[in-house]
Amino acid sequence: MAILSTVNFARRSLTGWGRTNATVAEVLEVPNHEVADVVKEAGPRGALVRGLGRSYGDAAQNSGGLVVRLFGSAHQAVIDQAKGTVAVPAGVSIDDLLRVLVPRGWFVPVTPGTRFVTIGGAIASDIHGKNHHGEGSFGSHVTSLTLLLADGSQVKVGPRRNPALFWATVGGMGLTGIILDATFTLIPIETSRMAVDTIRVPDLDSLFAEMTSPDDDVRYSVAWIDPLAKGRHLGRSILGRGDHARLDQLDAKDAIAPLEYTPQQLATFPPLVPPAGYINRLTVAAFNEVWFRKAPVRAIGQVQSIASFFHPLDMVGSWNRVYGASGMVQYQFVVPFGEEVAMRTVIERLSAARAASFLAVLKRFGAGNAAPLSFPAPGWTLALDVPAGSPGLGELLHGLDRIVLDAGGRHYFTKDAHTTPEAIRRGYPRLDEWKAVRDSVDPHGRWQSDLSRRLGLTD
Amino acid sequence: MNNAFGEPQSILLLGGNSDIGLAIVRELLSPATRTVVLASRDIAKGEAAAKGLRHDGLTVDVVAFDGAATDTHETVIRQIAATHGDIDVAIVAFALLGDGEVSSKDPGVAATIAHVNFTGTITATIAVANRMRAQGHGAIVMLSSVAGERVRSANPVYGATKAGIDGFAQGLGDGLAADGVHMLIVRPGFVHSSMTTGRSAAPFATTPEQVAQVAVKGLRAKRRMVWAPGILRYVFSTLRHVPGPVWRKLPLGD
Repeated sequence: MAILSTVNFARRSLTGWGRTNATVAEVLEVPNHEVADVVKEAGPRGALVRGLGRSYGDAAQNSGGLVVRLFGSAHQAVIDQAKGTVAVPAGVSIDDLLRVLVPRGWFVPVTPGTRFVTIGGAIASDIHGKNHHGEGSFGSHVTSLTLLLADGSQVKVGPRRNPALFWATVGGMGLTGIILDATFTLIPIETSRMAVDTIRVPDLDSLFAEMTSPDDDVRYSVAWIDPLAKGRHLGRSILGRGDHARLDQLDAKDAIAPLEYTPQQLATFPPLVPPAGYINRLTVAAFNEVWFRKAPVRAIGQVQSIASFFHPLDMVGSWNRVYGASGMVQYQFVVPFGEEVAMRTVIERLSAARAASFLAVLKRFGAGNAAPLSFPAPGWTLALDVPAGSPGLGELLHGLDRIVLDAGGRHYFTKDAHTTPEAIRRGYPRLDEWKAVRDSVDPHGRWQSDLSRRLGLTD
Repeated sequence: MNNAFGEPQSILLLGGNSDIGLAIVRELLSPATRTVVLASRDIAKGEAAAKGLRHDGLTVDVVAFDGAATDTHETVIRQIAATHGDIDVAIVAFALLGDGEVSSKDPGVAATIAHVNFTGTITATIAVANRMRAQGHGAIVMLSSVAGERVRSANPVYGATKAGIDGFAQGLGDGLAADGVHMLIVRPGFVHSSMTTGRSAAPFATTPEQVAQVAVKGLRAKRRMVWAPGILRYVFSTLRHVPGPVWRKLPLGD
């Protein structure tokens, strides 16, 4: 391997955020201008870029191969005030970027439930957020990106410049090349606060109804649903809607520094592994009960911080450790509109199995984009965490997979840690189209990941 | 690749006719499993076992493998990996039991058993370990025996080979951990199987299915060593300290 001055490499055990299925790879941290030289040295197990490791499963692992991490500083971000765009190195996180953008009156076009993701990862996963029903996923806001190809060359692609490769890269899980930088559009904001409406919803049918027509007018909307509720309470949830607060919505004290943005972590979960059974049906049910009851029946126009509206879990660092040694899986799927019965069946099965699960997230997706492997599609998506060590969980989820696929739905690569190549073939009918583009820029299979091996994406 | 529940996609059984080995394969099968490779000395018997495993979406392949032909082991493993890709779990289950009465008196018979069970297990396991190191992941299930704790007079040659590979697996496994490879040592007591047909059972006798359940649980929990049945761990922690004159008289089967 070429010894480069700034390269730190080490054989390291990696997992996703779910902390399941650790594998070992050669991990290198490199500046953008040295990446090409480093990946040239990749052996038969290939290379992959890893961001902040927030994918739940094995998407950012490359066992036995190379894993590259990019340097990047948000201070290199170039904001075009006239166009409302920003150009940034791909290794920059949304967390760092927001600290630069928000005080200047801008917000990222899409944020997931954590701000600890990189821009490269956001594009590779084509992440979605609470505004998907109106504004789509992250890739839809990217105007151009620079991609390092397997042969060491760099290309600039965008929706109008080599669109096939651009859309194969959006949602392409890092398997078309390494995104080095990207330019995307921003949302102008007057304040760093959110104006939020919170509504308690008693059951699933009310939730579907509440999220259908009224939601079209709100920018951000998501429901937290109690997956342990059953019977007539099945699907009881708390619907949160909001938008960036206007200056006139702030009280006098907040209005003094309307764009102040200083998100903080309150605590970090200790690395000590909690004893098995720490998270169990009773503790989780109690937590969910309290959580549901503490929410107001209806509260309109409350002012919240960006962090508490978008990233509540980020307040506790390494919260994934709460699930102990066996880790957790996050199950996320989408079913099309008209398949509400399938969604109900899945929630019923989860509830009946009493798989200890904290609140699940239910969201209505709007239109998808042109990317063959982009996850969001018009319909309903549900995401929930389950301890991976729960007995019978494999069987339960394999069963739910069939319901989801029979309903014409699919699973999210970024969360996935258990589906099969067949499930992906059924869920992503444009897989072959994506493979053809991928193979044309990487004929020798340089880009590989544990996810690609497990799901046969690069065979 | 394994999935988040520790369900493997590909399983290799070295000793493709082993009752315990096949029981572990069956216990590991899930909708995630794509490939099972049975490496057997007797291809016809391997094919018969394969027939019992095959179903839609599962490829079961039988390959020729001779535990005694130690210089072929590296090649066999390389070919399996070339054909089927990563080996997620490898079960090392081939061994000759032999008649203890004979092997403890006949140096030729003893040498054959020692060669297959000890040397062969070591060379085959090293070949698997090399492949898994390169993969950066994988698990090896080493079928040891309670003899790993204390060897009985009824079959000292067999017992000593098991004690030997048990120690080998401990040492190799500790070294493999940093490479993402998990070594699980399984120490069954007396198991009712085709290998032991006609022999009188020792106390706490078990079945291949029960051993398989214990082994798969141990795999999922990333354990270093499991006993089957579990109580034998405590029984043998006592038995290993029993004075020789008492040990000799204990009714431990043959």
